[in-house]
Amino acid sequence: MNANELTIAEARDALAKGELSAVDLTMACLTAIDAGTPLNAFVHLTPEIALDQARASDARRGEGAGALNGIPLGIKDLFCTRGVASQAASNILKGFKPEYESTVTSKLFAAGAVMLGKLNMDEFAMGSSNETSCYGDAVNPWKVDDRKLTPGGSSGGSAAAVAADLCLGATGTDTGGSIRQPAAFTGIVGIKPTYGRVSRWGIVAFASSLDQAGPMTKTVRDAAILLGAMAGHDPKDSTSADIPVPDFEAALTGDIRGKKIGIPREYRMEGMPAEIEALWAKGREMLADAGAEIVDISLPHTKYALPAYYVIAPAEASSNLARYDGVRYGHRAKLGQGDGIVDMYEKTRAEGFGKEVQRRVMIGTYVLSAGFYDAYYNRARKVRALIKRDFDQVFAEGIDAILTPATPSSAFGLGEMAHADPVEMYLNDVFTVTVNLAGLPGISVPVGLDAKGLPLGLQLIGRPWDEAGLLNHAHVLEQAAGFVEKPRKWW
Amino acid sequence: MLDLTYETPKPKVIAGAKHDWELVIGMEIHAQVSSNAKLFSGASTTFGAEPNSNVSFVDCAMPGMLPVINDFCVAQAVRTGLGLKAQINLVSAFDRKNYFYPDLPQGYQISQLYHPIVGEGEVLVEMGPGVARLVRIERIHLEQDAGKSIHDMDPNLSFVDFNRTGVALMEIVSRPDIRGPEEAAAYVAKLRQILRYLGTCDGNMQNGNLRADVNVSVCRPGDYERYQATQDFSHLGTRCEIKNMNSMRFIQQAIEYEARRQIAILEDGGKVVQETRLYDPDKGETRSMRSKEEAHDYRYFPDPDLLPLEIEQAWVDEIATSMPELPDAKKARFMADYGVTDYDANVLTAELDAAAFFEAVAKGRDGKQAANWVINELFGRLNKQGLTIAEAPVSAAQLGGVLDLIASGEISGKMAKDLFEILWTEGGDPAEVAAARGMKQVTDTGAIETAVDEIIAANPAQVEKAKANPKLAGWFVGQVIKATGGKANPAAVNQIVAQKLGL
Repeated sequence: MNANELTIAEARDALAKGELSAVDLTMACLTAIDAGTPLNAFVHLTPEIALDQARASDARRGEGAGALNGIPLGIKDLFCTRGVASQAASNILKGFKPEYESTVTSKLFAAGAVMLGKLNMDEFAMGSSNETSCYGDAVNPWKVDDRKLTPGGSSGGSAAAVAADLCLGATGTDTGGSIRQPAAFTGIVGIKPTYGRVSRWGIVAFASSLDQAGPMTKTVRDAAILLGAMAGHDPKDSTSADIPVPDFEAALTGDIRGKKIGIPREYRMEGMPAEIEALWAKGREMLADAGAEIVDISLPHTKYALPAYYVIAPAEASSNLARYDGVRYGHRAKLGQGDGIVDMYEKTRAEGFGKEVQRRVMIGTYVLSAGFYDAYYNRARKVRALIKRDFDQVFAEGIDAILTPATPSSAFGLGEMAHADPVEMYLNDVFTVTVNLAGLPGISVPVGLDAKGLPLGLQLIGRPWDEAGLLNHAHVLEQAAGFVEKPRKWW
Repeated sequence: MLDLTYETPKPKVIAGAKHDWELVIGMEIHAQVSSNAKLFSGASTTFGAEPNSNVSFVDCAMPGMLPVINDFCVAQAVRTGLGLKAQINLVSAFDRKNYFYPDLPQGYQISQLYHPIVGEGEVLVEMGPGVARLVRIERIHLEQDAGKSIHDMDPNLSFVDFNRTGVALMEIVSRPDIRGPEEAAAYVAKLRQILRYLGTCDGNMQNGNLRADVNVSVCRPGDYERYQATQDFSHLGTRCEIKNMNSMRFIQQAIEYEARRQIAILEDGGKVVQETRLYDPDKGETRSMRSKEEAHDYRYFPDPDLLPLEIEQAWVDEIATSMPELPDAKKARFMADYGVTDYDANVLTAELDAAAFFEAVAKGRDGKQAANWVINELFGRLNKQGLTIAEAPVSAAQLGGVLDLIASGEISGKMAKDLFEILWTEGGDPAEVAAARGMKQVTDTGAIETAVDEIIAANPAQVEKAKANPKLAGWFVGQVIKATGGKANPAAVNQIVAQKLGL
């Protein structure tokens, strides 16, 4: 077994015992990354930073070293990292190297983590297949025949890198499912924390009221460790919550006896593949076997979630992305004689933004415009409030966690959706967007393989701020499922 | 305190070619909040710094940067609200006003459209003794200022200075209660005075720290009263907004021009188009800024980066306890306590430091005399030399000393002016200077008696005339004062002359 194939917990213990050095572990990852080039997961490598950090972590090993001392991670390109390209996978930020470090990466480094490089993603985190990236598609390490599959999106590079053991864990961000869907597509664990649990400062914004960063890891335990280092109040983010961060790893007791698991009937979508249905049933059984009580629940406004999401997220995005105007940083179009400021905006943004980003900026601009605001944006906000109320009610009735499928299918082929209606792509988020709209924590856990041999995940949704309980439920599901399959190494 | 009741001023009437018209004016004042740091970033707000030196990552809208509210700016808005007797909203919220311009790095201005921090208040605008307009304030909200575009440095390029970007502004919105150009200027002046008293805006119009957008419409006599009865704005006519005025004089000129322009259109059978206009002071006219097709759709929506702004009543109460005495109250008190005239009280309270100077001089002395000296001698001299009150070479204690010497009869009024002049140019303690320069009046009756005796003895003919006609005794008084080099106390001389002449 190569060191890069270890989990974070395993590596932590090996490092602590002196069986392994952070430098060797980092070298193993860098070698794996080099071999993994066909996956197009890493888009900017930082081997010098990584080795410096690894040497420093080796030097401070022992008492007082951080929870992630010497652990090599990949960082989604959406996070601003000082002096390192941070482009949100967009041409409009070509060459952009921030002079500041995001709160999340600062915290990870403070905990001793090693940054291997930046990870591929959908442009500005808009996409469910990592096909909108300016760096080209990230590729799923799982394969059917010779067909290249999507790792999902938007955190596709993070998912591919973790699933292929290029790094021990990665950061992701999730606005409508961008951590959980790629985790499910690649057979790994991904958690979107409660809105406000993790600081958004220094993360390129997509939709501010929905964006939340979280870990993508090989196991639930690793997710607990990594989330613990990422989370915490940040006075620089006004939406960050000033509440203590519990010891998530200590919460993994494996005991969920007497807990109530809700099964929302509205998540049984028409035309849902039998395999997904069967997986969901299997999950229910596993949790019941562990002593939980399975309760049928209703979240009546679920069917309005996707349309509401695709009004609110583009509305916020259209405003958040207005700053990419070619005036101060990033791409600026070459201008012709006589071109004025409006020409500069139009040409810069037409060249810098890809099609999907342009589509969402236009949708967002439309739904906020005079005469349409009430019909779209305001109505979507009301729907959002109703969706949150649905969840509040079931939690008030004693439900501890909710079990749903993570995705409507397993990973699909790259390019397969190229000519599809964009709404078909948006349907990937059907099980995940409700969680963002309600600001809840949600986790995707790999539970089995489909008939094609591709991983499938289940989603658990927790009470606000109860990531600890949610992780424990996920841990039980993971242990029961015993999902140990790895993609066949073809790259 | 005096109970001041005011008469409402008459609205300005403009005679058109066909009939009379009245003016209706509402104003939006943008007042820069006095604060060392910006509204949502820690960057400095110093005026006149090197271009782009007061700019944080938040101000220039770098990716991933987030706004954090500056509590001090919120306190300043609350203080302003309290100063305008306004409703303080314990819950308010920030919205984004979206538009593209190079001096607006975020691509949106953070403002408060739907839920402003301050609600309804009022400003009393005096238009003369006993005459005042009560202008209702609709709301005050907090918002970010934009940067500055510079187009005249290069023929092909424009430059942007972000120093001002993100500086906190209060937008103070009035109801359409202002009825003429003079009232408009007086309203701005009064608001500026209150803000300066409160210390929430320095009121510097030249630097653009206080700017006004002026909404002007015209209506026929009687229409305004119909509006008041029904609250139906359609009685007030279609308004035009004149943007970004930073001079009282130009505000008046622009309103006058704009009203006449609208009257000409209406009397010609046309319709006023609601639009934004700019005043060109060189040509003395307003012109359309943008047509309806170019009108912005600002796509306001709640800023998702900021939670609703919630403040505690206890915090508002705490601010309320630290409120200074405001101009109206101070003026009333000066009139009541020091007996100064309405006019003088206005002059003395115009600026806080001038009022404090006056009060230091007047306390325990003759208030009217103190007012005369402060207004005529001190202010007159300051104006002539272009100095501020803080730069005055004569302190309140020194001027008070001069008044004390007058009151005790030690120097004459004329001497006092000479003494003031010496103190102004050379400084010193008034009593010591007066003594050293021999300026004190002679009240020693022995010395005066000797002088009177000498003059009576030398002028027997005058003595006879004066005895026949006592009015002529004044001649002796004059001679005595002359003989003593002007130092003899005239009252004492009068008395002794009358006695010696047996009058």
